[in-house]
Amino acid sequence: MQYRGAEAISPPGEGLTIGDRTLRSRLILGSGGFTSLELLAGAVEASGTGLVTVAMRRVEATARGSLIALLDGLGVGVLPNTAGCFTARDAVRTAQLAREALETNWIKLEVIGDEQTLLPDAVELLVAAEQLVDDGFVVLPYTTDDPILARRLEDAGCAAVMPLGSPIGSGMGICNPYNIALICERAGVPVVLDAGVGTASDAALAMELGCAAVLCASAISRAEEPVAMARAIAAAVAAGHEARAAGRIPRRRLASASSPREGMPDLG
Amino acid sequence: MIYVNGDEQQDAATVAALLERLGFGERARGVAVALDGEVVPRAEWHAARLAPGTRVEVVGAIQGG
Repeated sequence: MQYRGAEAISPPGEGLTIGDRTLRSRLILGSGGFTSLELLAGAVEASGTGLVTVAMRRVEATARGSLIALLDGLGVGVLPNTAGCFTARDAVRTAQLAREALETNWIKLEVIGDEQTLLPDAVELLVAAEQLVDDGFVVLPYTTDDPILARRLEDAGCAAVMPLGSPIGSGMGICNPYNIALICERAGVPVVLDAGVGTASDAALAMELGCAAVLCASAISRAEEPVAMARAIAAAVAAGHEARAAGRIPRRRLASASSPREGMPDLG
Repeated sequence: MIYVNGDEQQDAATVAALLERLGFGERARGVAVALDGEVVPRAEWHAARLAPGTRVEVVGAIQGG
């Protein structure tokens, strides 16, 4: 399978190819935090997303099916995650359960190292990624913004890398844009900015830095108006992607006149 | 006794029989099962026997991520 780094700056409107699938939108929506399925459905439609994350938990017969039925009805793909797992072992088992339950070999791999920060445990993450790739999964790892770890995950066979902008649910945006840009410049797989988006401009910045997509949950689901924020962030992703492809001007410390000096009238 | 999602339950012969009794039905779309931490593929639900004391986890998708 061939992945291209240039994917990150392909023309707007083109789908995003990760692994064996081409997604219709560069915004991946997290389903967590919506206070009702109706709001989730509204956000899915407003965002135009083609892929929505879900978590795997104990279920009872009465609660079964409604979320998946809803997402099926909306025509979007389901991306299960391993949220809540602190070890490679638990994450691998959770991924295997998700594959059985949802009949997808895609997995958003999360291995968390700390309850308060929810930052990834780099060592466990890499171990889990290697095992899941060997087991035939299309692995999308949630990772730190460390370019070396991103490379190691790519070398392990991950179909994308998903660095955080800042901690999950923090809304602090992209704390280290230099690292995100470095990851994007060096990656041979799509880079998805995952976690930290607080509002539309954060998503636009991610795309301008070279990300192929943005994954966003809390910024939309916990906004005062989730459906409106879904629309705004989708527009920001598209705008940032187009701006990246258009090529921004370099930064400079002093002004550079855009009107010519020649031909100035003598107003003595 | 067996343990289903942490709760004590009456024994059941197989995974398929347990899911039927719990109301999932044998085709239970969107559900996966682990026995003592090992995932049991759907195709093996009819054959997978439940020894007394088995810890059964029945999981499915919820909002998250």
